[in-house]
Amino acid sequence: MTYALHVNGAEHHVADGWPGESLLYVLRERIELPGAKNACEQGECGSCSVLVDGLLVCSCLVLAESVSGCEIETIERHSALSRVQQAFVDAGAVQCGFCTPGLVVAIEDLLDREPEPDELTVREAISGNLCRCTGYGRILEAVRRAVADPRAAVPPTEPS
Amino acid sequence: MTTTRTQARAPRVGESALRPDGIPKVQGRFLFGNDLWADGMLWGKTLRSPHAHARIARIDVTPALAMTGVFAVLTADDVPGSGVFGLEQADQPVFASGVVRYVGEPIAVVAADHPELARRACEAIVVEYEVLTPLVDSQAAITAAAIHPDGNILRHLVIRHGDIDAIGDVVVEGIYEVGMQDQAFMGPESGLAIPDDDGGVQLFVSTQFVHADRDQTAACLGLPPDMVRATVAGTGGAFGGREDICLQVHVCLLALRTGRPVKMLYSRDESFVGHVHRHPARMEYRHHARRDGTIVKVEARVVFDGGAYASTSSAVLANACCFGAGPYRVPNAFIEGWAVRTNNPPCGAMRGFGAVQTCFAHEAQMDKLADALAIDRVELRLRNALEPGDTIITGQRITGTAPVAAVIRACADAPFPAGAELDPDSESAPMLLRPGGAGRTADARHVTRALGFAVSYKNLMFSEGFDDYSTARVRVEDGIATVHCACAEVGQGFVTLAQQIAREVLDIDEVVLAPADTHVGSAGSTSASRQTWMSGGAVEGACRLVKAQMEADAAAGTVQRVYEATFEHHHAPTQRLDENGQGDAHVSFAFAAHRAVVDVDRDLGLVRVVDVTTAQDVGRVLNPVQALGQIEGGIAQGVGLAVMEELVVDQGRIRNASFTDYLIPTALDMPTVTVAALIEEPEPGAPFGAKGIGEPPTISSTAAVAAAIRAATGRAVDRVPVRPDDLLF
Ligand code: FES
Ligand code: FES
Repeated sequence: MTYALHVNGAEHHVADGWPGESLLYVLRERIELPGAKNACEQGECGSCSVLVDGLLVCSCLVLAESVSGCEIETIERHSALSRVQQAFVDAGAVQCGFCTPGLVVAIEDLLDREPEPDELTVREAISGNLCRCTGYGRILEAVRRAVADPRAAVPPTEPS
Repeated sequence: MTTTRTQARAPRVGESALRPDGIPKVQGRFLFGNDLWADGMLWGKTLRSPHAHARIARIDVTPALAMTGVFAVLTADDVPGSGVFGLEQADQPVFASGVVRYVGEPIAVVAADHPELARRACEAIVVEYEVLTPLVDSQAAITAAAIHPDGNILRHLVIRHGDIDAIGDVVVEGIYEVGMQDQAFMGPESGLAIPDDDGGVQLFVSTQFVHADRDQTAACLGLPPDMVRATVAGTGGAFGGREDICLQVHVCLLALRTGRPVKMLYSRDESFVGHVHRHPARMEYRHHARRDGTIVKVEARVVFDGGAYASTSSAVLANACCFGAGPYRVPNAFIEGWAVRTNNPPCGAMRGFGAVQTCFAHEAQMDKLADALAIDRVELRLRNALEPGDTIITGQRITGTAPVAAVIRACADAPFPAGAELDPDSESAPMLLRPGGAGRTADARHVTRALGFAVSYKNLMFSEGFDDYSTARVRVEDGIATVHCACAEVGQGFVTLAQQIAREVLDIDEVVLAPADTHVGSAGSTSASRQTWMSGGAVEGACRLVKAQMEADAAAGTVQRVYEATFEHHHAPTQRLDENGQGDAHVSFAFAAHRAVVDVDRDLGLVRVVDVTTAQDVGRVLNPVQALGQIEGGIAQGVGLAVMEELVVDQGRIRNASFTDYLIPTALDMPTVTVAALIEEPEPGAPFGAKGIGEPPTISSTAAVAAAIRAATGRAVDRVPVRPDDLLF
């Protein structure tokens, strides 16, 4: 099976793919974008979060070939640190970091839609992203910092 | 362009230095074991037993081997070295042969050129079983027919302290249970093995203890240890669940057999059977006290279910018993502990390591005692709080710091954070923050708020005579320091501390960390709250050696271009507990107090944890932000055990091996954690006076939440996790 995927502004050709391969698997194993993580591969943890045509999805639940005409954005979309990424580093929101790419993608998506969310909104927005290390305290602090960041918005997507 | 904040002076010890791996982790560029890849790489997959106890009548691998794209299928017959491994006793087979003892026990492994093909090849292997009755009752295991040549008793430990016949004016009793908790680290087990030309192998593995992996793997491969070159791969959390061997031997066997790199990566359901869990425990307690509240004696009998293999059960049981009376002056004690083998999933290390279970019991007992004596619950704890110089129930005198009263007072006296007041305006609370949360079931009129309080203590480092040490090599060249230490970074932030310590001692801003691997001496395990003390001390020691040499040469005018030193840091020796459970078995202790506020929906038996406030004995804070992260994260795991986390095991089979069914706290479940105080009394003998801080948050937080639920409902709450049924029927 051969098809193309449009990821972070670049075209990738997938040759000899198995029909059952998830978007997560193909990103990680076939086009060398391992930023999206695979903590459960059953839609429960959010570590694999990516945007498909602007919609936040668990890439483990999406068949790769089915999004061949779509615009896919992963954690690797930024060439410079976004304000959310910077806030995660500064606030101590990263421990093992396995949940981090998924959380960053989910929080950037939230702030795109709602630039100044209250804490409950943030908690609900990231309740599909499991983190086992932090207890979420520093992650919520990172969101507060990102909201307060003078940079008006997430930097525009740049090709990696 | 990558933005890094250049700091004029990089942070030293005591400052909130930023993680050196923070930027690659937020960018998705940090490579975990899961992300490793090599040219020509094959995928390994494990065939596991579907039975808790069975004889293996026949294994036929030929259908799997015949599949195109399958390169190797290995069973017990293919293990060239030791067929068994284990951290404390080598009793666990690399592959089951003859008999399987738990659901999920490995039978065979496959290497294929696609993970899906490897999975199908596993399905094609024919295994005929004669199913046996599983031994699943831990109490019965003590006298049942042995299910393993080493017997069913992993350890029987009795602590006899003082006058074991002493009697108090008031006696309270209880029977308590703790369910099986999973570490549920986010990064599933993963590893990559690459065969070397000399017959050796390189192993990159997500782990807590790379030298133990190396030694056990080499023994099973029949190779000298130095032919297994092991490196800690990026590790997505651990919490005790990566101390034992999982896929290390399997992936190396496949690489050596096929002559190609092989990667193994567990799926989540496989991860739930692929590592050890927190021991389920049954604990019978009796406390004796005088009318004035002075504790006279603690009696307990605890049974820990070790599952099919030994892992660290022996040491877990020792902790459960040693700290089983809590951080109180207890002049007389009789504590009998059993760790037994069953056909349940193997249990071993998890954050808190035995102290969690008995803390739940002894703190419930303290509340009962306070109520029986009509003494305030906090006051009773203060009256009995251990102090420096006191003797604990193992006969050991506390020679270091023991700010028990300080953590109790700071935690109990802390103001309630906004929204967690004891007389809430429940009607106005958002639905999402009521019991039942997103289910939107709570009716504010049926919600009761209450608080609970608990205190705990635990040892730091390995105990009972274990030769516990860490090694660091430090090199200074052209004004840059390189630290080489095999300490596994699993998220806790040792990488940050290592840089801070090297900067502090050497007064050099640029500190580079070499990969954590077996090309330097062992750093021991990232467990037992020990790495800040042990590997922090090793880095400090190596830096001091380098610095002394640099200063001597500077004074002599013989300055060199390169300085290098290696330092092995051992802690003070400890003793094995004697036949009465007495002895100086521990190096140092850490104490914590937790106060939980909960809302309980009395109609539906649903609980929401509203606030957890804590005070913790930390010796000295080396990195405030990281300390906070450890405390918040540790409390999340304690809250999880209190109200939601349990592996449901039925006849040896885990019924909920997925994140759909094994729930861990989400951002909506976790309350804000309030740190009332970090008690900084520098610990003698500890590098920079710092105590380990990783485990105490997990220990008494569970007990505090349980106490709060008890207070809200009037129910016994003698088992965690608390289930709605426990509060309704
Ligand atoms: S890996 Fe996709 S939700 Fe967990
Ligand atoms: S930082 Fe480890 S899972 Fe979130």
